[in-house]
Amino acid sequence: MDLTYTDEEQDFRARLRAWLLKALPELPARPSPDDWPGRRAYDLGWQRRLYEAGYAGLHWPVDAGGRGATPTQHLIFLEETERAGAPYVGANFVGLLHAGPTVAAEGTAEQRARWLPPVLRGEEVWCQGFSEPDAGSDLAALRTRAVRDGDDYVISGSKIWTSHAEVADWCELLVRTDPGAPKHRGISWLAMPMDAPGVTVRPLRTLAGSTEFAEVFLDEVRVPVANRVGAENDGWRVTMVTLSFERGTAFVGEVVACRRTLRELARTAKANGRWDDPVLRRRLGRLHGEFGALWRLTQWNVSESERSGGVPGVGGSVFKLAYSHARQDLYDVAAEVLGASALSLDEEWVQGRLSGLSYTIAAGTSQIQRNIVAERILGLPKGR
Amino acid sequence: MDFQPTQDQRDLRSGVRALLEGRYGRRELRAAVEAGAAVDRGLWRELGEAGLFALRLAESEGGVGLALPEAVIAFEEAGRALVPGPLVATHLAAGVVPGAAAGTAVVTAFDLGGDLVAYLGEADAVLGAAALPEGEPVRAVDPLTPLHRVVRPDGVHLDAYVPQGALLTAALQVGSALRTLELAVRYAGEREQFGQPVGAFQAVKHLCAQMLVRAEVARTAVYAAAVTGDRGEAAGAKLLADGAAVRNARDCLQVHGGMGFTWEADVHLHLKRAWVRAEQWRTAAEAEELLAEELLDSAG
Repeated sequence: MDLTYTDEEQDFRARLRAWLLKALPELPARPSPDDWPGRRAYDLGWQRRLYEAGYAGLHWPVDAGGRGATPTQHLIFLEETERAGAPYVGANFVGLLHAGPTVAAEGTAEQRARWLPPVLRGEEVWCQGFSEPDAGSDLAALRTRAVRDGDDYVISGSKIWTSHAEVADWCELLVRTDPGAPKHRGISWLAMPMDAPGVTVRPLRTLAGSTEFAEVFLDEVRVPVANRVGAENDGWRVTMVTLSFERGTAFVGEVVACRRTLRELARTAKANGRWDDPVLRRRLGRLHGEFGALWRLTQWNVSESERSGGVPGVGGSVFKLAYSHARQDLYDVAAEVLGASALSLDEEWVQGRLSGLSYTIAAGTSQIQRNIVAERILGLPKGR
Repeated sequence: MDFQPTQDQRDLRSGVRALLEGRYGRRELRAAVEAGAAVDRGLWRELGEAGLFALRLAESEGGVGLALPEAVIAFEEAGRALVPGPLVATHLAAGVVPGAAAGTAVVTAFDLGGDLVAYLGEADAVLGAAALPEGEPVRAVDPLTPLHRVVRPDGVHLDAYVPQGALLTAALQVGSALRTLELAVRYAGEREQFGQPVGAFQAVKHLCAQMLVRAEVARTAVYAAAVTGDRGEAAGAKLLADGAAVRNARDCLQVHGGMGFTWEADVHLHLKRAWVRAEQWRTAAEAEELLAEELLDSAG
């Protein structure tokens, strides 16, 4: 068990840190949360900078246009960019962490050539069409139908909780191609252009007041059969590949951010006198211990995936469970430190508290994660 | 960075586990409980011969010459097997108290708050104290951790031992937390109600899943603290491991239903020992205060 970084890794960190110092002051001002075209331009602009500096698709394989970096280098990248206050992956989230790796792993040579470079260069944005209004956590119960008509699929149905749908170029879409098959079979994974006739996007307002995500309605949308990634009716397996990427790497930068937030909180509590309350002070101490351990768990998981050849394991579910609840605790303690000020939407803390409510729901609820842990790690029987 | 156990560390784990399974399995544990025999001198010497106490003593001093990461791996296994006795104090006394390294001496410590001390009746020495104090026996909650009420002699300084004592105790807690998880999962897979194993019910499944999450987070914290030797990380590890051991034992008891409330089920032994360890070396309140202080320092 070794927590020191190799010379090569330290060198990588130093070069990245130097580049961030130069690149960040040149960034334009961050657009307001509801300025979607502005956010798209901002996020793609940052992606372009990463591409030009050689940091785009760091963890993607080299033959997919990535840098083939080790999981540890990817960890250092996420740690350093977060520490420097660089833009979050934002609108590029699905393309870079989700659809891209899936196309790289499962797509044909033509598909890889068509879809991967524009993601890396910051030219195209992807969104995710997995969830449906009537399916929810039972993802495989999706009902959006795709019927073969010549060289096209004709698609009808609707999707929900689709982040960045308003500004996306492509949607990774799960559709039912065989209604007669058992529910986990008969699903296919398609790349759908968002400007295709019959696609309607209706923004949804979150409890934080922003339009973070949208409903997407599909009315006889035609998508070429050539846009299918993986075999027909094999989309569930392709999706599981995708989801393991999502749970494996999504929260690394956020742990770093939470540790910074906790230090700010301690300063605030010291300044407003709340630090003298031993109950509150001890809760802050406990959170410091918990987030310290979560950072070590991140390093543990990365080391493990490095040994196993880079495939994220179900350990991601353990991490997501621990992290998402700890983050909610952190912002609840923040509200206690702030007192009545925590009722003002102008406080940055309040936005963090509100947005964090989604962490135990998005990307598989805590209840679903516990089922995964119990069945796949502990080997408990499935319920009837 | 390769934060995974080396092959030597994995071998050490399986070696200690095999030794304890053969020498202190469930039958020996239950026999000790019935006899009220807390420290088995024969087992103590065997643990000494296997190197548990001299693990971190330099080879030139007759030790094994390993470091904290190996020690926490070995102690995790001892916690799993629920080996009774002042393991941590005797380990810390190796090289200081004659016989501790070899396991021919049983060494306890004033590692509990208040005026209680554990294993005084079986001990040859108390860490950092010139002589064994007089004590009044107390009816102890853990059948294998006898307690005495003592007047502490002046001039006992344990401060230098606290960070490592806390970390090794945390390792025992993690072993116990992983063991109660195993017991819960096994029972949930065997016991049938309403025509299926109770482990198929989501309510039971989710108890078990949370047990794993607690144990894994605490275990990583213990390993990291052993690698860095950092005082704050050791305090965090103790805090998380105490929580994992106590709460996992309680959840294990819940999964066992009425059976869990009986003397025959082992889970109460894990729970009671976890309560004892939570009071040893560094309590949750002390760890939280230390971590808060460190947080404020780092905030600048």
